[in-house]
Amino acid sequence: MPDQKAKAILNDIGTEELAHLEMVGTIVHQLTKGASIEEIEKAGLGAYYTDHGVDVYPQAASGTPFTASYIACKGDVIANLQEDLAAEQKARATYEKLIDLCRDEPDVVDPLRFLREREVVHFQRFGEALRGVQDKLAEKKFYLNDTLVNNNASILSTNDNNCNCK
Amino acid sequence: MMQEDNVREERSSCMCNNNDNIREEMITKIKELNFAVIELGLYLDTHPEDEKALCLHRRYAKELKELKDKYQKVYGPLSIYYPCNKWRWLEEPWPWERGNF
Repeated sequence: MPDQKAKAILNDIGTEELAHLEMVGTIVHQLTKGASIEEIEKAGLGAYYTDHGVDVYPQAASGTPFTASYIACKGDVIANLQEDLAAEQKARATYEKLIDLCRDEPDVVDPLRFLREREVVHFQRFGEALRGVQDKLAEKKFYLNDTLVNNNASILSTNDNNCNCK
Repeated sequence: MMQEDNVREERSSCMCNNNDNIREEMITKIKELNFAVIELGLYLDTHPEDEKALCLHRRYAKELKELKDKYQKVYGPLSIYYPCNKWRWLEEPWPWERGNF
């Protein structure tokens, strides 16, 4: 990562996102805990119950299990940050759809609203990080000629020899 | 006799409720401070020169540390990093079981 700010923001947002996974898992756990078979069937969770009981299993709303292929890293800082920005928008949109579906359950809607707001803040911070990286990449570069570099290298190696620690 | 029992019960349940209220107030404040520190941290990552944000971060981080120490002394560890003489980490309920409400 060519930029300290971007490195820090990636580390800190990544950490926060793992806590969000814990929150979503907690919502699912609390909604399914103690539910009767009839309630589970009525909620359309029959197939889920067959495969996982009421354990919290990471899967898409449509039932596709989470896999590492959802995580994108391209070996290119601009592509990676754009991917992160898009992921924040996709998460925001997902929370909005969940809020629509849970509109009559304030105990579910409140944490979902909080999570949605966090994605908006993350998008803002990633945008600032991306601008920082772009500015850095656009900076004029200066190059030293070989003679200067070689001279500096020989000065450095002389200094090394003068050092008494063998 | 009967009356005495009632009084005792009432007093103990009252004390218990009071303790629960204090605990809830403290954990709510801890959560608020924790969030403020995280949010200011993200902001400072991209605005490290902002003196006002840095000052707020310093204040909230200090308050959070003090309040967490105070809470953990009485109600047990919030994380595995808190040193204790008795292993209270196993105590229930855990957060997703509506503990530390």
